[in-house]
Amino acid sequence: MQPKGLAEGVGAPVLRKEDGRFLRGRGRYVGDIAYPGMREVAFLRSPVAHGLIRSVTKPRGYEAQVFTWDDLTGVQPIRAPSALPGFRKSDQYPLAHGRVRQVGEPIAMVMAASRAEAEDIAELIELDIEELPAATDMLAHRAGPPIFDGWPDNVVLQALVDDDISDVQAPIVVRRSLRTARQHMAPMEGRGVVVRWDERLNQLEMHTSSQMVHVTKTGLAECLGLPEASVRIIAPDVGGGFGYKGILLQEEVAMGWLAQRLGGVALRWIEDRREALSGQANCREHHYDIAVHADHDGRILAIDCEAHVDSGAYSAYPFSACLEAAQIGSILPGPYIVPRFRCRTWSVATNKPPILPYRGVARTGVCYALETTLDAVARKAGISPVELRLRNLPGPEAMPYVNITKKIFDSGDYPEAMRRAAEAIDAAGFPARQAAARAEGRLIGLGFAVFCEQGAHGTSVYHGWGIPFVPGAEAAQARLTPDGGLEIRVGVQNHGQGMETTLAQVAHEMLGIPLSRIQIVHGDTAMTPYSTGTWGSRSAVMAGGAVGDACALLRERVLAIGAHLLQAEAVEYRDGAIHAGGASVTVAEIARVFHRAPQQLPPAMQTMSLEVTHGHKTERDTGTFSYAAHAVEAELDAATGQVKLLRYLIVEDGGVLLNPLVADGQVLGGTAQGIGTALYEEMPYDAAGQPLASTFVDYLLPGAGEVPDIEILHMETPSPISRFGQKGIGESGAIGPPAAIVNAINDAIAHLGREVTDIPATPERILAALA
Amino acid sequence: MKPASFDYAPVETLGAALSALSAQGAKPLAGGQSLAPTMNLRLVRPRVLVDVKALPGMREVTETAAGLRLGAAVTHAEIEDGAVPDVTCGFMAHVARGIAYRAVRNRGTIGGSLCHADPAADWPSCMVALGATMIAAGPGGERRIAARDWMRAPFVTALAPGEMLLAVEIPRLPPGSRWGYAKINRKVGEFASALGIALPGVMVAGAIEAPPALLHAIEGIPPLAAVAVTRAVAMRDA
Repeated sequence: MQPKGLAEGVGAPVLRKEDGRFLRGRGRYVGDIAYPGMREVAFLRSPVAHGLIRSVTKPRGYEAQVFTWDDLTGVQPIRAPSALPGFRKSDQYPLAHGRVRQVGEPIAMVMAASRAEAEDIAELIELDIEELPAATDMLAHRAGPPIFDGWPDNVVLQALVDDDISDVQAPIVVRRSLRTARQHMAPMEGRGVVVRWDERLNQLEMHTSSQMVHVTKTGLAECLGLPEASVRIIAPDVGGGFGYKGILLQEEVAMGWLAQRLGGVALRWIEDRREALSGQANCREHHYDIAVHADHDGRILAIDCEAHVDSGAYSAYPFSACLEAAQIGSILPGPYIVPRFRCRTWSVATNKPPILPYRGVARTGVCYALETTLDAVARKAGISPVELRLRNLPGPEAMPYVNITKKIFDSGDYPEAMRRAAEAIDAAGFPARQAAARAEGRLIGLGFAVFCEQGAHGTSVYHGWGIPFVPGAEAAQARLTPDGGLEIRVGVQNHGQGMETTLAQVAHEMLGIPLSRIQIVHGDTAMTPYSTGTWGSRSAVMAGGAVGDACALLRERVLAIGAHLLQAEAVEYRDGAIHAGGASVTVAEIARVFHRAPQQLPPAMQTMSLEVTHGHKTERDTGTFSYAAHAVEAELDAATGQVKLLRYLIVEDGGVLLNPLVADGQVLGGTAQGIGTALYEEMPYDAAGQPLASTFVDYLLPGAGEVPDIEILHMETPSPISRFGQKGIGESGAIGPPAAIVNAINDAIAHLGREVTDIPATPERILAALA
Repeated sequence: MKPASFDYAPVETLGAALSALSAQGAKPLAGGQSLAPTMNLRLVRPRVLVDVKALPGMREVTETAAGLRLGAAVTHAEIEDGAVPDVTCGFMAHVARGIAYRAVRNRGTIGGSLCHADPAADWPSCMVALGATMIAAGPGGERRIAARDWMRAPFVTALAPGEMLLAVEIPRLPPGSRWGYAKINRKVGEFASALGIALPGVMVAGAIEAPPALLHAIEGIPPLAAVAVTRAVAMRDA
């Protein structure tokens, strides 16, 4: 459907409705919620990466405030299996059972009047652990010793795309071994839980900082043995998700168990930064041995890759321990025409926090591996990185393009994005700039990355994985209130994406009701339709489509009532009113009559509810494919190894943008995180599995001083499969920066015959590359 | 993390402060920008915090012909903003501007930073370069400690048990003096990986995992510190 160009409709650059409360500090987060008599919870966590628990002794006098696994009667461990062949299952206990497999694993739960007292009591618990050797390196410890009894090795899943490519004869073969560091996602608001038993509703009421309340509810009910009707999950304002909050927490299960036994007394646990950093560095750690085969002109003939993903100690619910490894084999070819492809991937269990999908998921690592190797191919072929990419990207005439792994690129002009980025950053003039800089003793480089982002993919993509959920149709409810206002209820979560605005814009597009009269209700299982939540860049497409569909149905009913009130056959819906000839009746009047003066309507019309819930699927559920070209000009300080980003430019095609300001915000935030992946963020571990960073002094996040002004140029090729032509772009910004920035670094030092292979590209790594 | 249990003791006189500080496990509190986080991590567990910010003289600023005496509880922000007289041709204001971020500078104090004695912090190295003098108070009265003798080792100062820092005396740089300051760090406001300071006739290398080094030549220091000092000298001499 083509947007009409309304001032508050789809495509309008309206300011975000929700920003007023955020900017004034009036948001309401889990940490803002309190109940009279509320108790605070602290967790005693494993100080070792791997060990057998000989005993946990509760301190004398505090036995009734300390809980271990043995106390948690009737509770099931968290299980997130995958049905992929060969997947090895593991149980994650809410509180450790017999063995700990990561630093930070909860062992005991302590309840007290204050958090400080709870921590005091936790310190008094006597813990006797027999430390075991830790598996800390996915390559060295893949074969063992296994960290789970009964496993032959530490392979959680082996995913093979085993095309035999030994017959490929390529004049250019470039091989690289590349590594990406383990990261912590670091949302501004950490995790947190406030939970109590509501006797009246016979229901566990849990506030938790989540991006998928319904999935949490299902998983929690299963672990606690409660019917789902007895669990209500509420996510109030959520200060950043990024995948960190797409999980059923051990803390939620343990506290849910305890809350049932406290007769209505509420419990609160707010994760602190040290807990988060030392026990929740849970993403991004990949290793690639990649070879790109190309002809003399730089055309890709084949990609051959062996990849490893450090999956950590357990399979987190719901995405499981195999998401990234299984994804690598399907997305490594990126946006390119790749005739032959072989990829073998291993998910390896280690004594580190369980892997979670972080914004971009495997795409960030895959893009880094392929794009940096392609630049090496360009150097070997003697052509520019821009030309190499232009020769390998599918053109608009190829759309929809089905690539080697059967991904269906829905629409777009990928070469044009590359051309625009090259032109906007003046790639043609760069050799002269680089030569001039070198003459002054400065090292500058230009780097690019091109990638696509499959988003909003649904049932057909996920059902084969056999993980705890499969996304189906996404539902929304549109409810016309007696005063002519509109409530929209969605099961997705707005944790910074501006959905209270963009979804309202969709409703406005359909019904013409002013944005100020449209309320988006989300984040509460009691008030919204079931949903798998916000992840996979799906909400703009899926919830946006669902709001559109529900409003379209509501509109039909409003039209019918309007026609009756006007006593007209031919009516038109325009500007929030129904018109027939010169007469009109507003939507607000129709709502008033329906709810408060039903006697004016025929009986059949009175039973036509003005609350419509409807599910939405895209026309094909294989996903929208947004894509982008990132271009970076960077300067490298050869004496200190520091990198300065002189210019950062993005050409982004997100299809029809529901709101260009919101789209820019998504791209900018993701890019800042991608800069972190490229240059700063790394959780190192020692040989015993101890995390070596536990504060932001050691774990560096980019700040305002490290993120340059980012220029964004939009292309808007509509997706043929989504309701308004919109595409998912929520993760895009976080995908390209490591590849683009390292390509710029490598371009700056290529004349010295040097390259950076591992990220983040810290001063130490750059100095080592230059040494 | 919440700190282990402690007592808070606001004091009004130096005598009361010194008396409180003589107790086992007592620690002075100024801006709390290093102490409070380490208490939250339970890495330090003072039994009592003696709040010395409001003591007479702790926030006093006295300018003389010879230089400037800064009470130990003067904040980084006050130095940054020029709320205290400039006797270093803009050098100290420049340094203050690069300490952490503004919220920390609003509360963090020069004396607190010197007493914390983190070699990667700015002030310990700057005081050595400026030839400053620390004024300490203890049960035996006041004594003067030259900046170069201040940091004995990382996080260890020349203060004796029961002593506290009262003020810092900073000699005036000749008008028109040029200086150079090079702080190599991973991100804006972060602690230094290396510090180089060049004042007239003086070079100092800091953040070398040891007390700041007064140099006669750029040698015998880690490579990154050598880069920092070289850049500071170039800035001074530009």
